[in-house]
Formats: sequence, structure tokens, C-alpha cells
Amino acid sequence: MRQQPCNPSHFMKEYFFQDNMGKPMDRVDGRLKVTGSAKYSAEFELPNMSHGVLVGSTITKGRIKSIDTKAAERAPGVLAVLHYQNSPKVPGYVQAAHPTEPKPIGQPHRVFYDEQVYFNDQPIAIVVADTLERARYAARLVKAQYEEEKHATSFPKHQGKAFLPTAAQRNPKHGLNDYVRGKADAYKGENLKIESEYVIPSEMHNPMELQSIIAHWEAPDRLTVYDKTQAVIGSQNAFAREWKIPVENVKVIATFVGGAFGNGLHTWPHETAAIIAAKKVNRPVKLMLTREQMFTMVGYRPFAWQKVGMSATPDGKITAITHEAIGQTSSYEEFTESTLQQTRMMYTSPNVTTRYRILPLDVSTPIWMRGPGEATGAFALESAMDEMAHVLKMDPLEFRLKNHTDRDPERDRPWSTKFLKEAMLMGAEKIGWNKRQLQPGSLRNGDWLVGYGMGVGTFGAHRNRASAKATMFADGRVVIQSATTDIGPGTGTVMVQIAADALGISPDKIIFELGSSLFPPAPSQGGSATVASVGSAVRDACIALKKKLASLTTGNADSGFRNVKYEDLTFQNGQISLTSSPGTKLSYTDVLKQQKLPEIEVTEESRPSNEERQKYSMYSFSVHFAEVQVHQLTGQVKVTKVVTCADAGKIVNKKTAGNQMIGGAVGGIGMALTEGAVIDDRFGRYVTKDFAEYHIPVHADTPDIDVVFVDKPDFINNAMGTKGIGEIAIIGVAPAITNAIFNATGKRINELPVTPDKLI
Amino acid sequence: MIPFQYVKPSKQKAAIDTVAKDDTAMFIAGGTNLVDLMKRGIMNPEKLVDINKLPLRKIEKEDGHVRIGALALNGAVAEDKLILEKHPLLSQALNAGASAQLRNMATVGGNIMQRTRCNYFYDTNLPCNKREPGSGCGALQGFNRMHAIFGHSDKCIAVNPSDMNVALVALDAVVLVSGPKGDRRIPFAEFHRLPGDTPQIHTNLQKGELITAVDIPEHPYTKHVNYLKVRDRTSYAFALVSVAAALDLDGSNIKSARLAMGGVAHKPWRLQEAEQFLAGKPATEASFRQAAEIAMRGAKAFEHNQFKLKLGPNTIVQALKNAAAAV
Repeated sequence: MRQQPCNPSHFMKEYFFQDNMGKPMDRVDGRLKVTGSAKYSAEFELPNMSHGVLVGSTITKGRIKSIDTKAAERAPGVLAVLHYQNSPKVPGYVQAAHPTEPKPIGQPHRVFYDEQVYFNDQPIAIVVADTLERARYAARLVKAQYEEEKHATSFPKHQGKAFLPTAAQRNPKHGLNDYVRGKADAYKGENLKIESEYVIPSEMHNPMELQSIIAHWEAPDRLTVYDKTQAVIGSQNAFAREWKIPVENVKVIATFVGGAFGNGLHTWPHETAAIIAAKKVNRPVKLMLTREQMFTMVGYRPFAWQKVGMSATPDGKITAITHEAIGQTSSYEEFTESTLQQTRMMYTSPNVTTRYRILPLDVSTPIWMRGPGEATGAFALESAMDEMAHVLKMDPLEFRLKNHTDRDPERDRPWSTKFLKEAMLMGAEKIGWNKRQLQPGSLRNGDWLVGYGMGVGTFGAHRNRASAKATMFADGRVVIQSATTDIGPGTGTVMVQIAADALGISPDKIIFELGSSLFPPAPSQGGSATVASVGSAVRDACIALKKKLASLTTGNADSGFRNVKYEDLTFQNGQISLTSSPGTKLSYTDVLKQQKLPEIEVTEESRPSNEERQKYSMYSFSVHFAEVQVHQLTGQVKVTKVVTCADAGKIVNKKTAGNQMIGGAVGGIGMALTEGAVIDDRFGRYVTKDFAEYHIPVHADTPDIDVVFVDKPDFINNAMGTKGIGEIAIIGVAPAITNAIFNATGKRINELPVTPDKLI
Repeated sequence: MIPFQYVKPSKQKAAIDTVAKDDTAMFIAGGTNLVDLMKRGIMNPEKLVDINKLPLRKIEKEDGHVRIGALALNGAVAEDKLILEKHPLLSQALNAGASAQLRNMATVGGNIMQRTRCNYFYDTNLPCNKREPGSGCGALQGFNRMHAIFGHSDKCIAVNPSDMNVALVALDAVVLVSGPKGDRRIPFAEFHRLPGDTPQIHTNLQKGELITAVDIPEHPYTKHVNYLKVRDRTSYAFALVSVAAALDLDGSNIKSARLAMGGVAHKPWRLQEAEQFLAGKPATEASFRQAAEIAMRGAKAFEHNQFKLKLGPNTIVQALKNAAAAV
């Protein structure tokens, strides 16, 4: 066990009483969710509601020659049929980039802007009617004539046209530029080496809740939306910019979000379409995408090709890695993601080269999907690690331990904390790694071949600026508000736990409110940063509240605390006491009552320390182990056991965090074995766009999943010692499974998903 | 939603007359397939005749056969004591299909009538001779991973998606139908059609004819049976290839066998030559492999379903092994 890089004791003071942090507390909104009382965006009802249905293009590229809307307009209940010719203009279209994104090169799709068609099923019209059924019926009557152009939708066919993202071309310091440590492509000159290519098809987020919005213009310059989004503030800013109205005139509500996995991090054409329609009909418009539209009208994990070359010494020290990746994007926007980061910093290799390129096709723009970029990259890197270990006749765990690094080799800095080695050993023991045989095909269970595999993952332990407001009432209740969202990880629950410990009161006295742009600003729920960012703000707000209580007390002659310093007080069980003389105490509610205050409130903003971030490299780490069985004759794969381990700092709630880890493992099983969206290149159209054809794993595909937490705090990252989990839960799972398949069968399938036909 | 009329008669004759007289009318039972097709605009009946009031739900032993009412639910049939005892192959096939929720809604008659899941049939913006005669077969030169290797034509290479049908054709079931011209019995193997030049006609049922029941004659295949379905995920996915295998064993020798495949043709695909080969042979992997090779004669695959030429025989061998080993 390595030493903590700094003494955490000065951070610990505010957490002397950790009654709640770490406990597997039940979800505070669990009852609402299971009883159906939790309200999701499309479930709100407003007076005079109307319903919008989008019409998609049936060609992939070209221009709309004409749109015949007569029949639709005559259909019963129809209020409007809008398209590029008659749509109210969106004044701020040109600058309508989402503020949480890096500056995009290109232009997010502008719905109903002109006659151009950039991708198949692009929304070309919206039909608004008094009921959903009538809007749907009329939408079928809209007929468009097109002037079609030749399209490009096949990634392999056009792969040669990939290029360095423009952002990197413009700025030689941009992180997407080629990276060379040591000698470029050094593996090529080595004797012991491997070289492999990898293909991952486009994957769809497909959260259970369909993307939906209710758009309501309360006045010509005041917009309220109930929107499925991971970023209420991000969406607020985007809509304000689109419509050139003051930010405070836009209200975004996302009280509950039924899963998102990244596709709520961006605003999409359907949202603007609903807002346009609401403007036109002067009524609230509700719009919910269909499952088929979830394949085209929101983002997805982009199709990717990768190549890894690796060399090592006979005793297992990596000498060089080269990792190249090409990701798909649209013709109108350069979507990029960090696919190669893990390769730059995970292993000791003195020579590392990475090259990232993008390939624009006539498709809609992708977006970050759980484990964005890195889940794609880790599939290639961790498969290559397994292949290299096999060439070396070495155990892949031993190979990884041998190339483990205690310092970030990319930036030449210490890690804030890293307990990946410990995680690897804990996981290996739990899965029974000692049963694994070096020679593939050695273990069997009847007609089934048995194998074991592992994969490592990492993701930056990000923390962003966030704020929270805390109000304490005279009856002892505390309400905390922050404009974050909860897409499922249990944000509300852990914030209550953090606040309970910070305030020294029972969790049942605390209500955490989120999902409204009226609350103090918080970043989008993405990039595994919510607990570190919003949790820090909640904690700071609670400390500020305690200080306010202290000042009310110590300034009061009758309180018994006159002129006592805050540092000499203890806050526990809803009471302030003198640390040196615990018998002298006063309840929080009495403090307010004495002062005749109905409530006290504070708002705090919390920021990460840039200084610490320059000194240390901060990452969460994960390692996943899988046991699989592969049928010799039919190629069926059964994942019989998964052990998924996280080195993600202090775990605030083992139940909700465990829930995230299990969800990530299931997502990884889907990535490895079942998921992949297929376009028929002749038409440029998806031919697998429902749950019958696009296979997300079902319960029968998922075994018992054991979750292991190292649970060691990282106090450099933040005072709670937490790091993110959401992304590392999936990063490295897919290669753990495909490596296990190799161990079982001797077959290395580098094109996902590994369906039975690839194994016979 | 396209408006339609909905009626729910309590007399069989009224139901049949309504559909027989009205070109745009269709029967509906569980609706697990038809409602989806209506939502996608693939089928647009103007009148739905709900037959759920008709007394067609019973599963009964009769002289020489078990009769299953057309409205018996897939889930109920799969768990029925009589079916488990006399026709365990059917029970296995039913449980391999869809999901528990769908099986509790879908009926036996509806399952027989289930339409193909071909990707091109399901998208009204893509060509499909089955949905729109003359528009061409999208799958022939397209994404044809799930498609037929037997009995296809250049007009259509779609497959029948049902698991139940594969067991019923293996068991020599008979479909009982009632129509405006009276009742008739259609052997299961003759109920569905090959696509030929008219893929839009998928069964030999006449306009207005209603499936009332399925008879399964007595047979000796009550123990050594297996329905093996290979698919892209473990549940709730259509077959890449499935095999219904049934053996009547005398010690380690095969007295007789039944064999059929799903996921390979426009209709459930009975393998009679392979069955005949197996009769009298020892129940060994070698016999099963030879039978599988016979079964695959005449198979022709397309760009994305070449794997079925290997997965098909492998699945036959494994299903026969499972059947022989069943206790």
C-alpha cells in the first residue's frame, strides 16, 4: 500500500462525525419512483396542451424540393404544420452551441432552417394537433419531394478520408493532436510485438425514458420547458441564445430523468422544434420522440475503427504502444471525444504514440455515451494487452501489474491517489482468477468452453464549479437546492448524506431539490463529476450554515457560547456544543427560536483548486473480471460471472454506487455481445431501430455481478475524498468479456458485438 | 393513429361474416403483432374484429389428439399439464419465444399468423415485395443476416419468425379453420407458403377464414425432445437458427425422429429426409452429424447469413444430442 501523498487530517475536521457517508442508505426518491409518482418531463400536464409529432426525411442527402402539407392541415384537430418554408425564424440559430461542449467546429443541426437534408430521418416538419393521436395521424399525410444527392454512410468505404479534427489542426497544443512519448511507432522495430485492428459499431444510448419536452411560452419573451436533459443550466443557456432572450427568462425543469447515458448532454433538433411550434400555435406543445427516432434525432456512440501496435521485452515490460483511432461524425459538425487517453497514461511504456482522426459521414452527429471515448479506446488497448500477454505466455494480470505505474507517465506527475493494484488483487481473488489457464480452450463444462478475462478502465476525476443554497427552518428542516440533475445514480440521496454529515443532523430532516434552472447553477450531470462538484457545493453550503448558526450563538450573551470561536464548537445531533465542555449545548432550532428567525439561508459556490490540479493527475480507476462460457457448436456466449472493482475515492453510498457499477457492467456486456446499429448504405437508413433488432442485454444475459470498492478517499480531489464512478463502471468491461472469450476458445474477435455467428 | 372501427362479436359466425364481407377488416386476438404493424403503418385495417369473446380457449385431450383452442394463450399452453406431458417439445418452443409479458397476451392462432420480422418489411420507406408487391426485395442485396437459406425466391428472402410453428410442424399438427364456406383442416406443413412470386400471401388461409384450433396427434415424442434456439441475446430475440428435435429411442437406437428448423425459411422448415435417415440409426453424434448434412442440402445463403450454413447443422447436432440426453 503506498502512502497518502499528503496529510488529509486538515480536511477531515468537518467530517469527524461520518454517520451517513458510506452507508448504503435507501434512495430518498425510491418510493416516488416505484409507485409511479415521480414525474418525468412528458408527464406534466399544462392547460391547453397541444401535441407535436416530427416528420423525418426519407432520403439521406439532398434538398427538399417541395412539401405537400394540405392533407395534414385538413386532418381533424391539426393546429399547424411547420417546416423550413413557414417556420417562425429562430433568431439566434448561428450561435446556438451548447455551453457545456468544447467549442464545436461546424454547426449543430438547425431544425427547419433550410431545404438541406444532411441525414436520413432528419426532422423536416412538425405537425401540431390537439391530441397525440391526431398529430400522429396527420404526420403520416405530410409528403415531401426531394432532389437527392449521392450520400456516404459506410464507414469502411470512406475510412481513407478521415482527418485530424480541425480544432487540433488550428492549435498545435490541442489535446487531440498526435501524441508521441519517446520514439514514434517504436513497436515496429521490435521482435516481440502484436498489431491488431478493432471495430465498434455505432451504439445507441437508448435510455428507458424517451427524449421528450414540453415547451411553453408564458409570454413572448418568457419560455418554460419541461425537458429531458442532463443539464438544466446548459439547456437554459442554449435556448436563451437561440431565441435571443435573457437567460433568466428561460426556465428549464427536469425533476426526474429516466436514464440518459450522455444523450441529454446536448440540445437536439426536437427540442427547438417543439419551442418553434409552441411559439406558432401559442399553446404549450408536448413532444416525445418515438423509439425509432431515438436512433436518429439524438446522438449515439460513434462508429470507430482502431489499431494498436505493442511490443514488450521477453520478461513482460512494455517497450512501445501505438494506438490509432478514427471516430465517425456528421457532415455538419465535428464531434470529437477522448478515445486515447488511457493509452497515454495507464502503463509504463517509454514509447507511446497516439493518433486520433474523425470521419464525417451523412449521418446525424454523435454524442458522448457512457464512458465516452475511453470505453471505445479501452476495448482496443485492453484487448491488445491480453494479446500481448498471450504472446509472452504470461498471465494478463501479472502483465498488467508488471507495467503498473505509480506516477502519471504522460504528465510526469504524481497521482492524487491510485489504488488500482489493490483493486486488481481484490477482484482477482473474488472471481477466482487462479482457475484461469494460460492455454486457451483448457477449461470446459460439458459442451461449453470456459474462460476468464479482465480489462482495466480509467476516467479523469473531474470536478467543476457548482453552487448550492441551504435553508434551515425553525422546525429543524433543511432544504438544499442546486440546479443539477439526477439521471439515475442517486444524486438526491448522496447529497442528503453529505449534508447530514456536514450539518450534524439526521438525513430525514433534509430535502435536496434539483432539476430546475431556478436553483443555484450547477454543471451538467456528465463526466462522472456530480458528487465531487455539487457535493462540494452542498458541503460548503452546510458549513456556511453552521457558521451562521455559530455567529448567531456566539454573538448572543444568553446562549452560553458568547465569544467562542467556531473552531471550538461541535455540531452533532442537531446541537451545537462546546468541544471542551460537551454539556454546554444548544439545539439548532433553539438558536433560530431565540433569534425569532423563521429560517436562515446561505448560498455557496465551490470551485476546484487549480493549484492542486496542476500538481497532481487525478483519475478514477476500475478493473473488471469476467467468467464466460462459449458453446462449441452454436457459438452462444454465457457470461457466468462478473466482478467489477472501482478505485474511485470515498464511496458515499455503497448501494447507489453499487447500482451504478452493476449498470455499467450490464452496458459493457451489451457493448461486447449484443449492441450495434446497422445502416443499409444503399439507403443511408438504419435497419435496426427498435428493441427487437437493436439488442440491449436482458436479465437472462446478465449474471450475478459482484461489486468491489477499494473505498480509499482522495482528499486532494475534494474534501469528501470522492471521485466519479459512472464512466469507469463501463470502461474496460467489454474487453474483459472478449478476453474471456479468447481464453475460452482461442478466438479473438475484434469486431463488436461478438454474436454467435462470429464464434462458430 | 389511423382511425378504425372495432367490433367484438360473441358469435363465431358473426365474426367470420364481418371479415369475409369487408376487404379492410381483420381479426384481432392478442394483438401483440398486429398492433405493432398498425403503429408502423405496415397494416392498415379499417375494421378490427376482436374474437376474444369466442369460446376458443380450451386445451383438451380428445380421441387420438390434443386440441388447443386458437385463443389459448402462449404462456398458458407452455405451462399446461397436458401439453407438458404429451407435447413437451411445444412447451419448450413456446417458452423460447418473445418475453413472458408477450406470451401472456399472444394466442396460439395469432402466433401461427405472425408476420415476418424482416427489417425491410418493417420500414414503409424501404422496398419490400411482401408489403408492397413490385417494390423489390430490400433484403436480397441488403442487410440479410436474419434471412432465409431455404425455399427463398428472388422476390423475397424473409423468414417466418415463430418458434411455436417449428414445433407444430415437427409434430404433424393440423390447423382447424372455419370460414364462410364451412370448416376445413389444414396440415401444418401446408399452412404457410413459400414466397415464390407472391410473397405478399404468407399463408393458405382464405379471406374470412378463422383459425379455431390446432390438433396435435398422439406421438411417441414425450421424452427425448429439445427445442434449441440460437439468437443474438438470451431472451426476447428472434432465432438466428432454431431446431425442434424429437427422438423415439429404443435403448441407444433411434426408432424414429422428427426434425424441423426455424429462422431459415419463409415457413417452418420440416426436415423429413434427415428424419428418415435417422430412423434405425444409433443415437450417436456421428449419426446426428450425417443427418444434419442431409438436412442442409439445397441451402443457399446470402451476403450476411453465410454463417447459417454452418450454424444450421451445428444446431441440429446439438439439439439431437440434447434430445437424446433428455431425461
